[in-house]
Amino acid sequence: MVKKYAEDYKLLELMAVAAAREIRDGEIVFTGTGLPMLGAMLAQHTNALNCIIVFEAGAIDCKLAHLPMSVGDPRTMRFASTATGLFDVFSTVLQRGFLDVGFLGGAQIDAYGNINATCIGNYHHPKVRFPGSGGSGDIACLSKRTIIIAVHEKRRFPERVDYITSPGWIDGPQGRKRAGLPWGGPSAIITTLGVLRFDERKKRAYLASYHPGVTPKQAQENTGFRLDVSRAKETEPPTEAEIKILREKVDPEGIFLKKAEE
Amino acid sequence: MASEIESKIMSLREAAKLVPNGAHISLGGFTTQRHPMAFVHELIRQKKRKLHFYGHSPGGGLDMPIGAGCIRRVELAYEADEAFSRIGPRFRRAVENGSIEWEDYSNFGMVQRFAAGAMGIPFIPMKTMLGSDIVKKEGFSKKTRSDPKIAPKKLAVINCPFTGDKIVLLPAIRTDVTIIHAQVVDAQGTVRIYGQNFGDEQQAKCAKKLIVTCEDIVEPEELREYPEHNLIPFFMMNAIVKVPYGAHPYACYRCYGYDPEFLRIYHNKAKNDGTWGFLNDYILGVSDWEEYLTKIGDDRKLGYAPRLKLR
Repeated sequence: MVKKYAEDYKLLELMAVAAAREIRDGEIVFTGTGLPMLGAMLAQHTNALNCIIVFEAGAIDCKLAHLPMSVGDPRTMRFASTATGLFDVFSTVLQRGFLDVGFLGGAQIDAYGNINATCIGNYHHPKVRFPGSGGSGDIACLSKRTIIIAVHEKRRFPERVDYITSPGWIDGPQGRKRAGLPWGGPSAIITTLGVLRFDERKKRAYLASYHPGVTPKQAQENTGFRLDVSRAKETEPPTEAEIKILREKVDPEGIFLKKAEE
Repeated sequence: MASEIESKIMSLREAAKLVPNGAHISLGGFTTQRHPMAFVHELIRQKKRKLHFYGHSPGGGLDMPIGAGCIRRVELAYEADEAFSRIGPRFRRAVENGSIEWEDYSNFGMVQRFAAGAMGIPFIPMKTMLGSDIVKKEGFSKKTRSDPKIAPKKLAVINCPFTGDKIVLLPAIRTDVTIIHAQVVDAQGTVRIYGQNFGDEQQAKCAKKLIVTCEDIVEPEELREYPEHNLIPFFMMNAIVKVPYGAHPYACYRCYGYDPEFLRIYHNKAKNDGTWGFLNDYILGVSDWEEYLTKIGDDRKLGYAPRLKLR
């Protein structure tokens, strides 16, 4: 079947589609609220029909009918396989090594995919305080790979984050091993301008693709570290089918998709 | 037996008196779910001070008492109402102006610490947080850590004596008082929670005193017919308070959803209003939880659960 690309779609929809495409069939996925949830729910209708969505708050493999507003939302209980709590999910799913993909976000992301969700400035006298790790620091450590979602702005993409809440490649290819992390690491950053991936040798982020309408130069200008754009191609646009599923099945109430338009 | 049973069921006002100033406390629930909010209101009305708070993702259950000046220190992982706010506004303000002390862990880290306390062991090993600044930076001062009720160290990283691999050791938490909100408790104190228990089991079982607020109190026979569905045995319980809608504006699975409209009111007021009218309007300005429920009106109580009536 020939893919029919959508003409009319929003940036957030493009990002949700990009997130969905990162998930492979049958994988166990941890998602947070918002875009990752849109992506995981979409994937269950498109490229990863049998992916298993796990919520850190306790629900495992639910059949979502409505977009949850929280990872502990009663909506995440719908036809779930089991429902326990944080202690069980983190120890017997995450720490035990079952988790394939974790979605993460944060206030700052650096060249090695380290995430800051804690504070800007001195930790003891922060200029700005954020909510903190939640489960993201745990997921960053022990998920087999992570996908980061972020607004692409220079201040959000410094060379080094002010505080590592969730470790990426830390300082290079040996960083995780030295820290004592047995596996994992970020594989992509889906931003408002494109998709970044990590160089196999250096584990630094490079521009893998730029969204339609964006130039590689724009991506570099909005990044606080030197961004290799030599390998960049245009992001594959969403198909008509993907957009239809997003709007009609994943978020028909427009909880996230409509809010984003405002 | 009868007198003991009667003594556990009490009013919110009586139960909140079990929390002295300076107590080390923890509250059940998770971000926008099942926080014991009626109890939180009563703590605020009784003007508790200098509380030491342990939580994983306590949401408004922590943000409101911080705003009301009840909290001196927090050890936690995340303070926000997820999709409803990027950060608890009063928490943010208190950290930025230095009016509380804080220590950061991850969610897994905090539930592990509660679990260690619940199991009666002094510490617990864990494989996450490695490579992060959570491991490298301590929030509490040396002086704070000299308090015998607080662990002398935030954590320790050691090489596992069996594998040699790096591993994080976290100190156990024993709370003076833990307060959770459950769907059902029996008159003797056995607790049943429907849906995810979040960290409630570990938080409850690491407590020196356990207080449970609940939607309903039933006869022990009813819960004992299916003991495998019960979470906490009665002998751990110190106080039971029946408070219908006691988690509002947060969701209580199978009873009511969260209340997005009210959460928006909270976050707007807590963010923008310097004198914080919310506190006067909804907590200090009413005499009890019933008056609060009357004030918010019937539509509010059922929250937001479109087409999910059973959830």
